[in-house]
Amino acid sequence: MNKRQNLLKGIIKENPVLVLVLGTCPTLAVTTNVMSALGMGAAATIVLLCSNVVISALRNIIPDKVRIPCYIVLIAGFVTMVQMLVKAFAPALDEALGIFLPLIVVNCIILGRAEMFANKNKVIDSAIDAVGMGAGFTLALFLMATIREVLGNGTWLGISIPILEENNISIMTMAPGGFLVFGILIAIVNKISGGKNAKKSFGCAGCPSAQVCNKSACGEKEEAK
Amino acid sequence: MTKFIIIMLSAVFINNYVLSRFLGICPFLGVSKKLNQATGMSLAVIFVMLIATAVTWPIQMYLLNPNNLGYLQTIVFILVIASLVQLVEIILKKYIPSLHKSLGVYLPLITTNCAVLGVTILNIDEGYTFAESMVNSLGSGLGFFLAMVMFSGVRSKLEGADIPKAFQGLPITLVAASITSLSFLGFSGVVENLFA
Repeated sequence: MNKRQNLLKGIIKENPVLVLVLGTCPTLAVTTNVMSALGMGAAATIVLLCSNVVISALRNIIPDKVRIPCYIVLIAGFVTMVQMLVKAFAPALDEALGIFLPLIVVNCIILGRAEMFANKNKVIDSAIDAVGMGAGFTLALFLMATIREVLGNGTWLGISIPILEENNISIMTMAPGGFLVFGILIAIVNKISGGKNAKKSFGCAGCPSAQVCNKSACGEKEEAK
Repeated sequence: MTKFIIIMLSAVFINNYVLSRFLGICPFLGVSKKLNQATGMSLAVIFVMLIATAVTWPIQMYLLNPNNLGYLQTIVFILVIASLVQLVEIILKKYIPSLHKSLGVYLPLITTNCAVLGVTILNIDEGYTFAESMVNSLGSGLGFFLAMVMFSGVRSKLEGADIPKAFQGLPITLVAASITSLSFLGFSGVVENLFA
């Protein structure tokens, strides 16, 4: 795989949110407006880039048996740094993201990429992978937030849209709207890709804990195939 | 006492972790297909939430805050939860094998569950006392249990339905989750008025 493919796969073919279905919690929670979606995307991308580079650089040093705790500590360290930076320079964003800023630690995308890519590949490739995946995550969040903010609030990035402003569908910015828009977006992606790389069920493939749980808790994956 | 009831009821119904706060969506979508798995997973979550709160709250109040180390919250909490889950698993395996058999497989999955880390951080953010934190954790866990069990019922109905090809699998599950979450919107404002 050359570098360009490596970069682009995260954005389209293996989009972490819409195709791999990872990191669903922040995807649903912060997409009520475009601004916080972009902020979340940027914060997660920075953490992903740092963690991928460092984990890839240390891939021969970290013992295999304790790799997951090591990754979690590294990721938590970077999340803390990002948290402090956001608190200092963008307090409004800190307010908007709330609990989901520290929860980047348990975002499956970051641990998933460390486990699936960074611990097997060179530093440069891992960095490119992180940028691609981060961009894909941000793009998916941006798309969802655009739909939800335009329909639910009648605004886009805070700019009001004439007709929609008076006729907003406020359920879109509430919890049910999040599930609905996400479901429909995945269905559209399935339709476009012709169901080729579509994920029929929520299985173990993307779950970083798959090795630990021996797939006994998520036995439905085999049935789905 | 009224305060505890309010915290409890709002954690279960109004701020339901899955359906209105969007925490713990992965197990909600992944393990809700069969009722017995959904029950096992949610019992394990309730269990871990309670012990995680019982350990992290004193750490924050008596160790981190007095030493001005509040910024280490994220790192310390995730480490404590991860090692706690391991410890609980070992203890259960040794002394209560029957419980380990039913809950054990779900325990490692919970380490990276955002609902558990979320509840411990939220307890600190909301400024709850120790007793209030425990009640909130129990309520959040019960809310998770309720959502999981309800949703596994909804999903069993979806099995035989005739669904357009693009919507099969995950998309229809999310649409169903949307409708389930809609029903929980009806609870908002109920608890405050109950005791007014």
